[in-house]
Amino acid sequence: MKYMLLIYGAEETWTEEERKECMIESMGICDELEAEGKWIASSPLHSVTTATSVRLREGKRQITDGPFAETTEQLGGYYIIDVENLDEAIAIASRLPPAKKGTVEIRPLFPLPELAEKN
Amino acid sequence: MCDDPPFEPGKQIEDLYQTESRRIFATLVRLVRDFDHAEEAMHEAFAAALEQWSESGIPQNPVSWLVSTGRFKAIDIIRRRKLFAEKQTEVIARIEAIDESNTVQSQREIADDTLRLIFTCCHPAIDPTIQVPLTLREVCGMTTEEIASAFLTKPATMAQRIVRGKAKIRDANIPYIIPQLSDLPERLDAVLSVIYLVFNEGYSASAGETLTRTDLSNEAIRLARQLFELLPDPEVAGLLALMLLHESRRKARQTLTGDIILLEDQDRTLWNRDLITEGNQLVEQSLSSGRFGIYTIQAAISAVHANAETSAETDWTQIVALYDVLLRANSSPVIELNRAVAIAMRDGAEAGLKIIDTILNRGELNSYYLAHSARGELLRRLHQFSKAKDAFALALSLAKQETDRRFLTRKLQELEKTS
Repeated sequence: MKYMLLIYGAEETWTEEERKECMIESMGICDELEAEGKWIASSPLHSVTTATSVRLREGKRQITDGPFAETTEQLGGYYIIDVENLDEAIAIASRLPPAKKGTVEIRPLFPLPELAEKN
Repeated sequence: MCDDPPFEPGKQIEDLYQTESRRIFATLVRLVRDFDHAEEAMHEAFAAALEQWSESGIPQNPVSWLVSTGRFKAIDIIRRRKLFAEKQTEVIARIEAIDESNTVQSQREIADDTLRLIFTCCHPAIDPTIQVPLTLREVCGMTTEEIASAFLTKPATMAQRIVRGKAKIRDANIPYIIPQLSDLPERLDAVLSVIYLVFNEGYSASAGETLTRTDLSNEAIRLARQLFELLPDPEVAGLLALMLLHESRRKARQTLTGDIILLEDQDRTLWNRDLITEGNQLVEQSLSSGRFGIYTIQAAISAVHANAETSAETDWTQIVALYDVLLRANSSPVIELNRAVAIAMRDGAEAGLKIIDTILNRGELNSYYLAHSARGELLRRLHQFSKAKDAFALALSLAKQETDRRFLTRKLQELEKTS
């Protein structure tokens, strides 16, 4: 079962030092997960100030800077893992350093073959 | 008298359904790994029993017959659905691969399946407002209509919540397991709080006119008993004791017209002695384990009240001591308030009033009607009638439940007469 772990947090709550420590710790967890065959992909994201949004409306492409949402917590990174069940995903999510300051949202991946057969 | 009872498979199957269907369902969920398929398979198995047992007689182990039949019915159901063609073969192969002798391994396994079901329905990843109806539906077997009427909501709302809960379990792949020992305290807390929510909803409705909805309280007690049998943890004993001790006062806690009667004014001969005895035993058992928590301490407080012959004989010193323990385990302004009331009983109204004012001055509990009602009562005892009236009036403006409002109005009227 594949899950995506979305890392949300307030960007300004991290000092440079903490950010570095967080990266090192996270990379360690990734290595561990990879050795167990549970790691698929992961990456930190650049600040939300670098975000660009694209929308197609009535055939017309709209490109905007942002989004700069009102909320203080922004998406700052993600993991895709392949584990047995939700409990295992929760156990991994709670080990991730950003869980201490922000939120880790766990979303099951929708398996595509089922989607194809539903139609 | 010596005649065999007439052979009535219909009646016996009905009894089996009453006593065993949820356990059979729990086992089928483990085998089929889908709540809806398991439910349907269980119903088809009972239908098959009704048909076959009148001819062939009741099998030696009817539960194991029903589980095994349910398993094959589940395979039929999945075939009929023809959804997810690829997955279907895989699922059927898995269900078929389960060795027949393995289907119902032992009584222990069946009991474990019930525990799995409880822990799954009360999984912290499921919203609490969904955990409660889901548990009542899947573990207790209450119908959606029954649950909706007990919670004074529309059946459609409850149905929606239950569907959402089942979809979450399926799509997020919440495992059907008994949590590991390391996770057990946290996970058990969630289960206990669901049971206590169900009980309280039945014991004192949060809104509306009726004070008690006995069915829910009974269901909560039944669930706690079942849980205690399966998992004899001190806090399960504590919660069961707490509910039994509350329940023991049901007949004494309101007038025929539904008005509240305070603990100190209750006719103690109306208290249910059997429930008190059982509650006392459970409290002692839990306390002696040394591993008890907040439910046991609250039950112990309730037991002190239950064991006082008259209100005047209440051991307030012990109650205050228990509140101190409770506050250390779980610091909350509501518990502080209750402790203040106990202090007032032990040391006099003034001592209690001082503590309540401190809590209110901190800005906590300002909109909690019971804080102002307790303050009003202590002021009344100190003959500060005008201040007491103000406090009760403030409490009345904050109280939502009809019975509470009637109680406060009565208090205000009494004060009118005194002053």
